[in-house]
Amino acid sequence: MMSTSLSGQRGREQPSGAVALDSSAIPAMTLGTPIVAGGESSCSLQIMAGPATRTLDPYVVGSSVLGVKYKDGVLLAADTLGSYGSTLRFKSVERLRKVGKNTVVGASGEISDFVYIMSLLDELTTLDYCWGDGKELSPKEVHSYLNRVMYNRRNKFDPLWNAVIVAGVHGGESYLGVVNLIGVHYEDSHLATGFGNHLARPIFRAEHRVDMTEEEAIRLLEKSLRVLYYRDKQSINKYQLAKITAEGTQISKPFALTTEWSYTAFEDPAKVAVGTW
Amino acid sequence: MERKTGGLVGSEDWMNAAVDLGTTIMAVAYEGGVVMGADSRTSTGTYVSNRASDKITPLSDNVYICRSGSAADTQIISDYVRHFLHQHTIEKGGPADVKTAATLCMQLSYHNKRMLMAGMIVAGWDKYDGGSVFSIPLGGTLLPVPFAIGGSGSSYIYGFCDQAYRKGMTKEEAVDFVFKAVTLAMARDGSSGGLVRMAIINADGVERKMVRGNQLPLYFDEIEPQPSALSAFSRISDEMNSDR
Repeated sequence: MMSTSLSGQRGREQPSGAVALDSSAIPAMTLGTPIVAGGESSCSLQIMAGPATRTLDPYVVGSSVLGVKYKDGVLLAADTLGSYGSTLRFKSVERLRKVGKNTVVGASGEISDFVYIMSLLDELTTLDYCWGDGKELSPKEVHSYLNRVMYNRRNKFDPLWNAVIVAGVHGGESYLGVVNLIGVHYEDSHLATGFGNHLARPIFRAEHRVDMTEEEAIRLLEKSLRVLYYRDKQSINKYQLAKITAEGTQISKPFALTTEWSYTAFEDPAKVAVGTW
Repeated sequence: MERKTGGLVGSEDWMNAAVDLGTTIMAVAYEGGVVMGADSRTSTGTYVSNRASDKITPLSDNVYICRSGSAADTQIISDYVRHFLHQHTIEKGGPADVKTAATLCMQLSYHNKRMLMAGMIVAGWDKYDGGSVFSIPLGGTLLPVPFAIGGSGSSYIYGFCDQAYRKGMTKEEAVDFVFKAVTLAMARDGSSGGLVRMAIINADGVERKMVRGNQLPLYFDEIEPQPSALSAFSRISDEMNSDR
């Protein structure tokens, strides 16, 4: 019998960007199972016919996205990898994309779901244009819209398996927010998804200031990107930056960073402990 | 043995994950000895717990082992075999045969097969058989082979190795073969990475080589590193995949 419960993910890796949730917080529910007092379901009706069309498991995924506010606006960073399990399969995936004139979104998680999100945002911006009211979609509105989309999908047990960072500048104000596959959403002056939460956020907390210059902000992101490349298996040394200011949005060409390997400890680690890993 | 979960991390999983040598290891026999190679990545779940580990471990002066699978399991097997070989060489009055070392590893792996996850390649030089390579995959099969590849990264280089291997290579050709194969695997396997370590074992002894992570060749879709991201916006951005 096919179980479509999210808690079937118990013991499996949880989505990036999720605030460490205990999987028991999401109740076990099999489609069509009557909810019996005591939690035990004695029968499950197979209501679903045909093959499963919902995202049960992510396949091609992107890893961390980083975002920081700075003096002139917001900067995002992400690598250009689409992993397929442990395979580094696609090395030119654009995970930072423009939305309208003043917003950039960056996504980690399932790439196909991100492409679908971009098509929804395309519809949204087209609709906004058709209003012809002289008002432009703000980044906060984009974030709010995505939040509703993600949360509603979560309630149908068919999540869009992403963590999306929304960044932009509107009315002279910088905006930086995140929303993920279960609808958890928040704003902050520096954000990250996935591994970035564990490795980059602590660096941001120590060194970030909202009034940083562009150069300082890029150096901060650079530092974090290097750490992620060293310590995240699903990462490659190929990145893009996105910059959003009052003047507009810009996404850089992919670049790679030099890395450090010349520590003496790396030369002969087994010197003091034979068979060490 | 990799689960396809997209590598997304939950707080429980990586904290409880075993330390794993998801890896690329290799050994090739050439005219007069063997060349062994490995990457240097050790992982705990998706986290790289050691980016410069040494997976080529001595069992005796003339026999080394490439380790993949569970770090703990391969360490303990290496330790036991090193101990047995040491005693054996005292009794024998001379260096151990590669075959002997490999057989000892096999015995431990085979008789504890339900408890262990260890993929090993034992290689070295002795005066009876010259350079020898033995593959000991999961389950404890012992197989003498002209060359062996192992670890999660090896899946990506079967084609390359089948095409590029030649019998009777020189030392330089064998080093080149191992280096190319291991770096190709590292380019595609998330569980392999870091730097490349090699060991060349022949009648003259053991030579250890290391190629640092920033000196590795760039393959398809990889780009030249630059010291800083500050120049990222200086070039006009355009579509990355221009054939769309």
